[in-house]
Amino acid sequence: MTTVATSAPAAATAAPRPSALARVVSNRVFEPVVTVVVLALALFAIPGFFDSFWVANFTQMAVYSIVAASAGLLYGRVGLVSLGQVASYGIGCWVTMRLAFATTLPFPILLIIGGLVAAVIGVLIGLPALRVSGLYLALVTLMLAAGMEIVLGQTKFPNGGSGFKGVVKTLSDIKPTRRPSFAITDTGYYRFIVAAAFVMFMLASYVLSRKPGRAWASIRQSEAAALAAGIDVTRYKIWAFALAAFMAGVAGGLYAGTVPKGMSIDAFNRQSAIFLIAVVIMGGIYSLWGGLLGAFFATCLLKFLTQNVIGHQFWTRFALSLFGFGLLANLIQSTKAAEKKGVEA
Amino acid sequence: MIDVDGLSVHFGGVVSLDQMTIQFPEGTCGLIGPNGAGKTTFFNVLSGFVTPRSGRITAMGQDLLALPDYKRARWGLRRTFQTEQAIEKLTVFENVATVYEHSETTGKTGRVAAVDEALEFVGLTDVAQQTVRALGAKERRFIEVARAVVGQPKLILLDEPAAGLPDAETELLGEIIRNIPDRVGATVILVDHDMSLVQACCDWTAVLDFGRLLASGPTADVLRDPNVMKAYLGTEEVAI
Repeated sequence: MTTVATSAPAAATAAPRPSALARVVSNRVFEPVVTVVVLALALFAIPGFFDSFWVANFTQMAVYSIVAASAGLLYGRVGLVSLGQVASYGIGCWVTMRLAFATTLPFPILLIIGGLVAAVIGVLIGLPALRVSGLYLALVTLMLAAGMEIVLGQTKFPNGGSGFKGVVKTLSDIKPTRRPSFAITDTGYYRFIVAAAFVMFMLASYVLSRKPGRAWASIRQSEAAALAAGIDVTRYKIWAFALAAFMAGVAGGLYAGTVPKGMSIDAFNRQSAIFLIAVVIMGGIYSLWGGLLGAFFATCLLKFLTQNVIGHQFWTRFALSLFGFGLLANLIQSTKAAEKKGVEA
Repeated sequence: MIDVDGLSVHFGGVVSLDQMTIQFPEGTCGLIGPNGAGKTTFFNVLSGFVTPRSGRITAMGQDLLALPDYKRARWGLRRTFQTEQAIEKLTVFENVATVYEHSETTGKTGRVAAVDEALEFVGLTDVAQQTVRALGAKERRFIEVARAVVGQPKLILLDEPAAGLPDAETELLGEIIRNIPDRVGATVILVDHDMSLVQACCDWTAVLDFGRLLASGPTADVLRDPNVMKAYLGTEEVAI
């Protein structure tokens, strides 16, 4: 048995070793530190420094960051452009609300059930959608979002009534969705959402660092090469859909508690689906941090522009146009890249 | 031994493989032929990306065409691609580990040891924790070979593994390829246009031309075959 390595020192010297600084600032050391700092700021600094108006906006941002991270995970890590995340978000929201009114189960349990139901439905709808990819997957999942908009428009969100739909007709009977007993106040619920978002990000990060994450990286680069490496591409895509739908479903459940009375379907319509993928792309699709940044664009930044900047109408529209432009540029670019990559034959 | 019997592949009206019948012996085998001869198509049939119109492939007693594509890799089929497919976002270690994780043959040594062994075999131990994106063409080609040898493979297909590499590195790669059968016990089929690489690695070589087997046998004999020279160089008058 010969070992080529010993006779080939050239292999080792070809690539330069990272510098000491680069190693310190490498993800392994840097990222946990940043994570702890961001989490501490979110939990303590934001409720301390900002008034209730901004805490409400940061609450929306925390919820939205989970949805954005789920869409970014599908797009950036697996290569699936799904506009259906908003539908999963809506399903999670509906299920959590219905169960919150119907049962006395603890709120975190409701979130998990909402996430699981969203995951099951997401997978069922994702199965036929997996036969297409790229722009076509985006179109099919946009139809899913449109379908969900129609269904939610018909069923409405539960508001304390009885029966399957749980909708009351008289305005005065409408009740808000209950919050967890330990997080009744706005600030308390905000902190609960931040903690839940942290858990979701950790879950995604954990899965990405394990066998599924590596399989997804293979699939994203080349499905042919992934198959040749023994990866069951369909199974891992379904896995990704399930995880992303679960995250979005949990986010939907969290969102339920932020709306005082009468949930509208505005957050779950087609425009929201496209808006989501646009801000996700603007935030960055590969890193999970992109989900946080995208959520910041979508909530706090837009709010800031409308509230504080002279000529806010212009700036809001300018920001929206920028999102649209980013979305188009990215879709065109990724379609080109997909064509170039292809499957060699 | 790989037994290919009457293998035909048609793409519309184009006959890519025409009743190809061939038996690859154990060891490192060369598969050469002019552009469009059907070499990569043959690899794609073995991988399951192309469904043949007719024919059978039996590898080490296993009817290969009966297995779905990803299960062939689990059985022990590995391949590299003409354009290297090392996964950019993963580290070198993760690249090799990914293949190991999806192979059925769980080695006695465990994942880390198996990956380390494969990396040591191709001489990439020192860059194991680096991301592929930061590495050059040579490392990427060698990563592919490490991916091919990890986890007790039975049959390894190398599709122009040295494409784009300078001579010195091609020579090093040839040395590694030559050692694969002894080291991991797999049969290797090497497709390349670099005749010196094929000569250095393969004791036995087959020549394809227009989807048919033109010649096969000991490499030196095959390369001297007048039919082979004609297929590569055109008519003798032009060649001279």
